[in-house]
Amino acid sequence: MERPLLLDVADLQTRFHTPEGTVYAVNGISYRLHEGETLAMVGESGCGKSVSMMSILGLIPIPPGEIVSGTARYRDRDLLRMSEEELEQVRGKEIAMIFQDPMTSLNPVLTVGKQITEMLQKHMGMKPAEAADRAVQLLEWVGIPDARRRLADYPHQFSGGMRQRVMIAMQLACTPSILIADEPTTALDVTIQAQIMDLVIRLREEVGMAMIWITHNLGVVAGLAERVMVMYAGFIVEEANVDDLFQDPRHPYTIALLAALPRVDRRRDRRLKSIPGAPPSLLVKPRGCPFAPRCEFVIARCQSEMPPLELIAPRHKIACWVDVLRGGSR
Amino acid sequence: MTETEPLVRVEGLVKHFPITRGILIRRQVGAVQAVDDVTFSIARGETLGLVGESGCGKTTVGRTVLGLYPATAGAIVIDGHHVRTAKGAELMAIRRKAQMIFQDPYASLNPRWTVGAIVGEPLRVHKLCRDEKERLDRVKELMQLVGLSPRLINRFPHEFSGGQRQRIGIARALASQPLFVICDEPISALDVSIQAQVVNLLEDLQERFGLTYLFIAHDLSMVRHLCTRVAVMYLGVLVEMAQRDEVYESPLHPYTQSLLSAVPVPDPQVARSRKRVLLEGEVPSPINPPGGCRFHLRCPQAEARCATDRPAWRDVGGGHWVACHRV
Repeated sequence: MERPLLLDVADLQTRFHTPEGTVYAVNGISYRLHEGETLAMVGESGCGKSVSMMSILGLIPIPPGEIVSGTARYRDRDLLRMSEEELEQVRGKEIAMIFQDPMTSLNPVLTVGKQITEMLQKHMGMKPAEAADRAVQLLEWVGIPDARRRLADYPHQFSGGMRQRVMIAMQLACTPSILIADEPTTALDVTIQAQIMDLVIRLREEVGMAMIWITHNLGVVAGLAERVMVMYAGFIVEEANVDDLFQDPRHPYTIALLAALPRVDRRRDRRLKSIPGAPPSLLVKPRGCPFAPRCEFVIARCQSEMPPLELIAPRHKIACWVDVLRGGSR
Repeated sequence: MTETEPLVRVEGLVKHFPITRGILIRRQVGAVQAVDDVTFSIARGETLGLVGESGCGKTTVGRTVLGLYPATAGAIVIDGHHVRTAKGAELMAIRRKAQMIFQDPYASLNPRWTVGAIVGEPLRVHKLCRDEKERLDRVKELMQLVGLSPRLINRFPHEFSGGQRQRIGIARALASQPLFVICDEPISALDVSIQAQVVNLLEDLQERFGLTYLFIAHDLSMVRHLCTRVAVMYLGVLVEMAQRDEVYESPLHPYTQSLLSAVPVPDPQVARSRKRVLLEGEVPSPINPPGGCRFHLRCPQAEARCATDRPAWRDVGGGHWVACHRV
């Protein structure tokens, strides 16, 4: 049985108007997030994964940005049509975000304690003493040793991994229904990344929130996600349950990406399969499939028409004209 | 010198960076013990992977081996030359034979120079061409070798993508026909689809010219793919070194075990069944590293002597080196 729908994004298009020309960052993407579900958005730098998230949260500077079209229904309201005040309420309380660099969202001149208690007072209406006790609980909950004493510390006094924990504690304080995590472990070493992933998985179970995890790391996706969207040049090119995506990838880009990855748990059996060329410039208005110039299955139609994202199996969608299993057009 | 002699030999390498205080009268108040008593060798034609987390000293090892940082103590021998004492013509010979590829293809190329000037610079410095014509031909040949069109010879670095820039860095490193190339995180700034291109290029060039690599990286999956042998570093010291599959399949040092278990695997079924050895806490500061075994504060298997005695770096059989009292 499918869980209730929480977020429904349709036909989102975001562009940036720059001196070099228009950047076609997100080109009409649609997806759904259900309650308690963990969705991963995976792709390489510049594929539009962060911009698409920031668009629905009203975090794109306009101008130079422009949200050309789209709706983002959260419960029964459209995030793209909310006032700044309404959005601020949603962002702090219902949809939480953690970023790659926690310093961008922590205030460097306020102690960690001050920042957490202020937020608890504002969003949860707590009294100062109550908020301070809750802050200690929160820091202990995310595994920060000696939490009460550390409330008096400033963000720079924490290491990278500990700072990310502080950030997570702050963001989960109001028990949000969605957590959006934008490459939160990318700047961390693997042993610290493993600690943070274990923490997030534990908290997800305790809070029961839905998650959108943005990353370029397919290993992280495999360990965390239930559903995966693969993005390329501002388009979603494949969407599937995590097991199907890794065992039965159907879009040529996903197939190529997985074949380009070495495995830490297996002996080398072949040369890596590399993908020729590089992702396209986003300054050119997309025409046809953006992966066509690098695709080994390319057919004539790919050059002129962008394929829509369509179901090819239960809960498995691709945007591709080709059937990679049989060869030739689908 | 015989053919079986390793191309690179590093013995008891120490590199401390002094911490000074005072403006007029500078005095040393401490030292960052970045590398402390590191010993390894690299055979001709092999690739030694040097792995560890940020701040473990792996980049410092690479730079000190090439003489870019003066070593504090120890011996470094490359193709029979002693790097620490070489002067004049011998120093030039080392610089010709040993080259480096850097992590950041944005910061390591002069933005005001054309590709031709960048790739041709080592040819000029080492006087490897008779005239300008020969130099130009050689630059074009090098560009072709790394998969760049020679037509782009007059372009500037900013006109290239990250992957292409890394190719320029590789062409420059190969210009002086080196025997030994240190690759310092050459792919970590690149996207996944570009990483495989660069790694395959490095393999092709190794095969073609019989190159010897020291591949410094934190991507343990790529290191397993590319390297012949792997050395693991923690807080300035080597903790384990062995043949590639030996390290990944039978790691002996508790740090290696937990490091490997933390690497995410792009396979959801394996990810669900894999056991992780999670480490407590974080890496201590190299300014005042813990005594005894440097890993003992975080080690799940530590015992009393680990806090006081430094474990010896020794071969426990079949070229499998480890520094641990419990092994």
